[in-house]
Parts: sequence; structure tokens; C-alpha cells
Amino acid sequence: MKKEELFGKTWDELVIICRELNMPKYAVRQVTDWLYKKSVTSIDGMTNLAAEYREALKERFDLGLTPPMKVQVSADGTKKYLFQTGPNRYVEAAYIPDEDRATLCISSQVGCKMGCLFCMTGKQGFQANLTPGEIVNQIHSLPERETLTNIVYMGMGEPFDNLEAVLKSIEILTAEWGYGWSPRRITVSTIGIIPSMLSFLERSQAHLAVSLHTPFEEERRKIMPVEQVYPLPELIKAVKSWDFGRQRRISFEYILFKDFNDTPKHVKELARLLNGLRCRINLIRFHPIPGTPLEGSDDQAIKAFKDALNEKGILTTIRASRGQDIYAACGLLSTKELLSS
Amino acid sequence: MLCYLYLQVFNVDQENMQEGLREVEIVSVEEIADKVYILEFERFFEFEAGQIIKLAWPGEAKPRLYSIASGEKQPNIQILFNVVGEGQLTPMMAGMRHGDKILASMPLGKFTGTGGPAWWIAQGTGIAPFASMLRSGQTHNKTLIHGGRYHNSFYYQDEFIPMLGERYIRCSSKDSGDSLYHGRVTDYLKSIDHLPVGPLYYLCGSAEMVVETRDILIEKGVGFGEIVSEIYF
Ligand SMILES: Cc1cc2nc3c(=O)[nH]c(=O)nc-3n(C[C@H](O)[C@H](O)[C@H](O)COP(=O)(O)OP(=O)(O)OC[C@H]3O[C@@H](n4cnc5c(N)ncnc54)[C@H](O)[C@@H]3O)c2cc1C
Ligand code: SF4
Repeated sequence: MKKEELFGKTWDELVIICRELNMPKYAVRQVTDWLYKKSVTSIDGMTNLAAEYREALKERFDLGLTPPMKVQVSADGTKKYLFQTGPNRYVEAAYIPDEDRATLCISSQVGCKMGCLFCMTGKQGFQANLTPGEIVNQIHSLPERETLTNIVYMGMGEPFDNLEAVLKSIEILTAEWGYGWSPRRITVSTIGIIPSMLSFLERSQAHLAVSLHTPFEEERRKIMPVEQVYPLPELIKAVKSWDFGRQRRISFEYILFKDFNDTPKHVKELARLLNGLRCRINLIRFHPIPGTPLEGSDDQAIKAFKDALNEKGILTTIRASRGQDIYAACGLLSTKELLSS
Repeated sequence: MLCYLYLQVFNVDQENMQEGLREVEIVSVEEIADKVYILEFERFFEFEAGQIIKLAWPGEAKPRLYSIASGEKQPNIQILFNVVGEGQLTPMMAGMRHGDKILASMPLGKFTGTGGPAWWIAQGTGIAPFASMLRSGQTHNKTLIHGGRYHNSFYYQDEFIPMLGERYIRCSSKDSGDSLYHGRVTDYLKSIDHLPVGPLYYLCGSAEMVVETRDILIEKGVGFGEIVSEIYF
């Protein structure tokens, strides 16, 4: 039988584990140091732990670190890494270096249940939730780990459909006993699962990005099934009810579709909807997926949309398309082909 | 210890208040097919057919969502559910008896009918919102396609056959005969040459079924704006 994985355990969980294995309290610090601050490739490698404790840990746990199986490199320097998380289970992470920053876009689920019309991951259906260890492993096992400046939970899956694991992964990334990252370098993206989103806002300090894609409920229903359950007005009300303070950022993701959500009417309604919220809109080019009935707006329309929003006083940027040639760009991550092979 | 327990209860109450849940008494829980159950409690709200509610086990903080399967005017709320192996809530729900308590919310969601012509396409317990619509009198202009494994997977079929006649298609992936279409819902749709233009296409079920069915409909010329999907995520 497959053993549990040690990598991905939080401090509190390790306190319990050490107690159960009759290990001294100070061993918790030793184990977290080995897991999250040093590079260790086996439990045996935790050399300052007494041999009997290493044996006890090995009896119950695997280390749980998995190097990427494959990497694809884009002409623009973006890299797409493939990780295996179980038999017939794979996820992708996209490493996006820029001039002064390097962002890693990580996955939270194998596949996704949300079925957004424009998304390749959605087409693959849902296979599994990632554990906290599998989420953090995408960062820990990245060859470029030391160069990372930002982490975004915008890869495969809806993070708030796997909230507890996502929160634990953020705890590991930001805790002093973990990687000690500032939560301000982490952004979690959601399509708007309201109860989990509010829970995330309460229990973490990381930034929030909400996939909006249109300010009109009726249109959103056509491209995002989640709209039936958590309608837009309630989503915006929930976001507005939260005090983000000065440090924490709320942004909205907006993929531009030709003749669907890129008109002046949309600009006007966005300005009305987001009125009073200190936020930013990230405009995203649509990267077509097979069989899609949607068409992306052209560069001119995107620029015009951006200018119109900026004129309305909404800080708006256009996200550069990166890694399109290796299917690493926004909305293109998928491991469906591997499932059937 | 006492303090810890107090906090636990307090947290749950806080959560439940946030989620707007109230305690209701179970009228009945009946197994109607293998691992598929109907749970009933007295209706304490008005709702629109197609809506959902949250249900939670008292003391367990996170509620789950369920479509209402009963009609708008029926005295009891009916929930059709299948037991998910290792699930937190459904095994508990399956073990409930008359008089037990569960937490339920007010209705929510917008997967509701328009009165216009529609094709309703469901898989498994995804039949529930359409059951509610039919039981609320929305039978005119409707075609119902239901996918299930066996001949007994077509919950409420005794009610739907007289209501819909030939506009009720049961697609069984394992069984045949008994007026069943042998194959999956997606096979059935693929076998139709011309899908009617005009009706709205409502899809309800797992992500896999909804996404696959939506792709087939789009490929066959249905506009994505004519497709309304609810996923049991
Ligand atoms: C809008 C909506 C309406 C719904 N209506 C109904 C309904 O009418 N009847 C009904 O039976 N269910 C319905 N569901 C599903 C329901 O909310 C629960 O998810 C389901 O009953 C499982 O609950 P649980 O607590 O027993 O399992 P959980 O504890 O939530 O899950 C147990 C295990 O099963 C896995 N799992 C859970 N759901 C899925 C899934 N969809 N695909 C793959 N793996 C999964 C989990 O990852 C976990 O490992 C609906 C969901 C939504 C979003
Ligand atoms: S956009 Fe996000 S939530 Fe929607 S299907 Fe893709 S991965 Fe899932």
C-alpha cells in the first residue's frame, strides 16, 4: 500500500506526528527545516535526526518529493513542467520569466469540475484534488525555484474547490518554519465559489484574483456554469464586503472574446459593477482551444478596451501572452491526452 | 477540554449562521436503487423549480449543494442523492431515519426554466432539477434525455413516462430492452442528424458529462448561448 507523504505536512500536523512516533518536540523544527528549507531527497538524508526516528518516519511515510517528468521550453522562454501525482494523474505548472520577475503558475487539481467553455483544463473533466504536498512540490522541485518572485494559483483546477489543501500549501509557503515567502507574492485565482472565497480571505493574506469575463450575469451563464450556483451580483457583493486594506490586492481576470464581451456597453457596466472597489483588471487574450465556438478579440480591440477602462478610472493592464507555442498560456493547460494513453 | 469543545460548537454555529442554515427534521430517507436515496423533509420555503439548497450534517461545518427534486407546491422537499464512497455527508444522509435532524438552507441558484421549449439532458442524479420542473407543471414543449447505467437508474420514470411519452428518452449504458436506448446520452445525441433549432438545451450532471455533451451540441450547430449547464461539482 502507498504510504502517506511527509512533504506537505504543516507544523501542527508534524507536532502530532512526532508525538505519535515518540519523537522529541525539537524534532518538529528539524523535520520542517529538512522539508522546506534544505534540499533532501530521502528521509534517510535528514541526518541530524536520530536513526530510530528516521526509521519510525520511514515506516509510515514516503518523503513525497517528485521531480518534474518533462519540460517544454517556449520560444519566449516560458517553460511548462509536467508532474506526475499518481497513477495516470498528471498536472502542469508554467514558469514564466520576465525582465525583473519570474512567476510560477501552479495547479491545484488534476483536471477541473467547473467546465468553463473557454478552458482546456475544463475539457478534461475532474480526476483528483492535489494534496498540499503535491501543490508545494511544483514549487520545491522546480529547477528555477531560487529565481521565483511570484506564485499564482492559476494553473489546472479551481483552487477553492480544494480549499483546505490550498490553504495548507499557502501556510507552508509563507510560514517562518516553511519557505518564509511574503503572502503578497502569492495570488490565488477563483471563478467565484463564494463560501470558500470568503473563507480564504479570512484565513490567508494572499492576493485574490477573480475570473470575471463579463459584467453581465446572462452572458456569464453562457460561458461559466458556476454562474448558476453563485451569481455575479452575489459574487461582487461578497468581494465588496471584504476590507482588503492597503496591502492586499483584488484583481479581476477578463478574457476578451470578439463581439461577446468587448463592447463599450461592457466597459460601462464594468465601471458600474466595480464602482467603489480599489481593484485592477487584467485583460487576457483568448488562446483558442479545439472546437471552441468563441473567438478572441484582436489586439486593437483589446487596447481600445483597456484605454476605455483606464479612462473610467479602473486600473487595467493587458497580460502578455506567454508560452502559447507549448500550450502553456492561460487556459491551455491540460493533461487529458496522458489520461487516455 | 470544556473550553475546546465550546469553541468547536461555537465555530460550527458561526459557520452555520454565515451559511444561513437551519435545522430540519427528516420525514423519510428511502433507498430507491443501489446507493441512491431520496431524502425528504417538510418544506419551509418557496422556491423555483431547478433551484438548489445547501445541506450539512449538524456539527460538520461545510455544507454540500443539492438540487431540489420535488415540485414547487409539494409539501415536502425531496433530495435525490447517491452515496459517494468516502464522502463526508452522503453516507451520513443515507443512514438517517424519520425524526433525525439535518441542516438546510434557503433555496439558491438560477438553473431555472423559462417556459419556452427545452431539451433537458441529465445524467444520474442530475435528473433532480428536471424532476422538480416537471412536477411543477412544466411538461409542455419539453424533451427529457436521461442517462444511467441500468434499467433501474431512471429515477421517477413511472411518473415521467405518462407525462412525456416519446419525449422521454432513457439512455442505458449497460442494459437494453424495455424501450431503453442502449448507449450513453452522448451516443444518443451523436446519433441524431439534426438537432432542433429553437429550444434551449439544459444540461445537468457531472463535469465530464456536461463538457462532453456541450461539445457535441456545439459541433452539431447549437449556439453556446442556447446551452445552460449545471455541474454537480
Ligand atoms: C449545484 C450542485 C448541485 C448538486 N446536486 C446534487 C444532487 O441533487 N444530488 C447529489 O447526489 N449530488 C449533488 N451535488 C453533489 C453534492 O454537492 C456533493 O458533492 C456530493 O453529494 C458528495 O458529497 P459528500 O460530502 O458525500 O462527499 P465529499 O466528502 O464531498 O467527497 C468525497 C470524495 O469524493 C470526491 N468527489 C466529490 N465530488 C466529486 C465529483 N463531482 N467528481 C469526482 N469526485 C468527487 C472528493 O474529491 C472526495 O475525495 C450537487 C453539487 C452541486 C455543485
Ligand atoms: S478556467 Fe479555471 S475553473 Fe474554469 S474550467 Fe478552467 S481551470 Fe477550471
